[in-house]
Amino acid sequence: MRLVRLADADRPRLAFTLDGAPAEALAGDTLLTAILTNAGHVRASEFGDGNRAGFCWMGVCQDCLVWVDGLGRVRACTTILEPGMAVRRT
Amino acid sequence: MTAMTVAVVGAGPSGTRAVEVLVRAGLRPVWVEEAPATGGRIYQRPPAGTTRSPRDLYGTEGAKAEAIHAAGDRLRAASDWRPGTLAWNIRPGVLDTFRAGRHETVAFDRAILCTGAMERIVPVPGWTLPGVFTLGAAQIALKAQGVAIGSRVAFIGTGPLLWLTATQYLKAGAAVALVLDTTPLRTKARAAAGLLADPATFAKGLALVARLHLAGVRVIEGGTPVALEGTDAVEAVRVRDRRGREHRIACDAVGLGFGLKPESQLADLAGVPFRFEAIERNWVPERDRAGRTPVAGLYLAGDGAGIAGADAAELAGARAAWAVLEDAGAALDAAEIARLDRALARLPRVRAALERAFPYPSALAARTPDATIVCRCEAITAGELRAAARASHVTGGAAEVNRAKAFTRVGMGRCQGRVCGPPAAEILADALGCDVAAVGRLRGQPPVKPIPILAEAAE
Ligand SMILES: Cc1cc2nc3c(=O)[nH]c(=O)nc-3n(C[C@H](O)[C@H](O)[C@H](O)COP(=O)(O)OP(=O)(O)OC[C@H]3O[C@@H](n4cnc5c(N)ncnc54)[C@H](O)[C@@H]3O)c2cc1C
Ligand code: FES
Repeated sequence: MRLVRLADADRPRLAFTLDGAPAEALAGDTLLTAILTNAGHVRASEFGDGNRAGFCWMGVCQDCLVWVDGLGRVRACTTILEPGMAVRRT
Repeated sequence: MTAMTVAVVGAGPSGTRAVEVLVRAGLRPVWVEEAPATGGRIYQRPPAGTTRSPRDLYGTEGAKAEAIHAAGDRLRAASDWRPGTLAWNIRPGVLDTFRAGRHETVAFDRAILCTGAMERIVPVPGWTLPGVFTLGAAQIALKAQGVAIGSRVAFIGTGPLLWLTATQYLKAGAAVALVLDTTPLRTKARAAAGLLADPATFAKGLALVARLHLAGVRVIEGGTPVALEGTDAVEAVRVRDRRGREHRIACDAVGLGFGLKPESQLADLAGVPFRFEAIERNWVPERDRAGRTPVAGLYLAGDGAGIAGADAAELAGARAAWAVLEDAGAALDAAEIARLDRALARLPRVRAALERAFPYPSALAARTPDATIVCRCEAITAGELRAAARASHVTGGAAEVNRAKAFTRVGMGRCQGRVCGPPAAEILADALGCDVAAVGRLRGQPPVKPIPILAEAAE
């Protein structure tokens, strides 16, 4: 799956890293947008039932937790991307 | 009176109007909101520098959105505005909050909780696949981020949000693969008389449906989702139409949602009693029409106090603030309060008609296949829940969701059962042969949401 940008796509570009690899997204993106415009999932279920890619996008389901260096474990859908963030999915 | 500290949680339509009334009365409320900006769900703001107009973003509700945003902007300076702040617990006279890595306590004399709603789900097989989101998520993605959840999106569920979100996607230039409403047309037609009590909204609803039909979108009313299929991500939906014929429709994303339920964990933690609202099929916190709860000093407004929609949320927010002023012995505007009371008194009728027009498909939820995950947090299946129901029967245990929780961990996960609660209750009630109200509800626990582990106490 990939998110598709339909509007407001001319915002400044921001560089960050996803699992150590360089990636790019836009200023004002949440981590969920930043990750899912670059990759097909945000986390693996701890119970071995496959990958997840968020669900509610409003900070309720907790199915979008990722690690950010210096911040700890955060909800991707309610965390705004900052330049240079190191985002890890495991 | 000026020494009174009022805390308002939430900056959607209800919280914004509550703060407005308090500020006008000369108070400086503490205003706590988890999001970085005011607006709430329906009027959630786009990223800075958007090129979209309010009409592009909020359709027919554009002017209302602008008014709420303008009020929010004005009120930030007049209140103790705390954006990006989660209220994770409430105790008598105290909110525990978390903001940018720091814990802070907020002491209050009175508090108005305006915490809004979230979606109700039916766990369709395959619903944990990447690419499957709630309808609200699909809408937030578009409004707040300018992205569609996929390039060919199927919308499945029931309720106004189903039709609204599908139309918004169409208008934004996304391909809509399917709109499946589990409610048959005749059910909606039967509710039409009640809906006409609010003719403007009724007309807007009809316009949405007409627009989708006109655009040639595949629409199935009275249909049933069978499975969402795919290996690494959703690739197709299998559905049954009204006549029982099965269809497989290719897509790369799904928006799923079956109505709303109050986000009422803080009210629960504060000790507000709940009752089962049969028409809405939700547990709602007890409060009078002005928003007063049985807990002294605690008031509720907006969808967090029972689903009634955005216009009602504005009225209820203002009314709850007047109740605060009234109870504190402040000066009142009797004419304004009477106007709010009259408007609020009209709501239950329209609300009941809407619930009848788009009922939660409880039988579909109760029939969730054994192998399907119900609790996403702990990967608990419907079969495990049914086994727990049988075990509790054998031991003579009470039929209660909180007991099932002890047996299966359902609701013990990170979301505390916000997502799985309603279908889990339907599955248990069906397995035990009792009414869903008899099954009870999952209890909230502090923190209402997980807090990052790096957090340090501010004191
Ligand atoms: C995803 C979604 C999309 C919706 N879209 C529409 C729509 O397009 N049209 C429509 O008519 N209705 C829509 N609704 C229904 C919506 O509930 C109401 O229309 C309206 O937004 C209700 O206003 P409110 O003030 O009660 O709550 P909301 O607008 O939901 O505002 C509640 C606010 O409280 C904050 N909050 C909640 N808990 C806490 C906490 N513990 N700490 C700090 N802050 C907290 C939230 O971040 C939120 O900003 C939607 C609902 C959802 C869930
Ligand atoms: S997607 Fe549900 S909490 Fe982030």
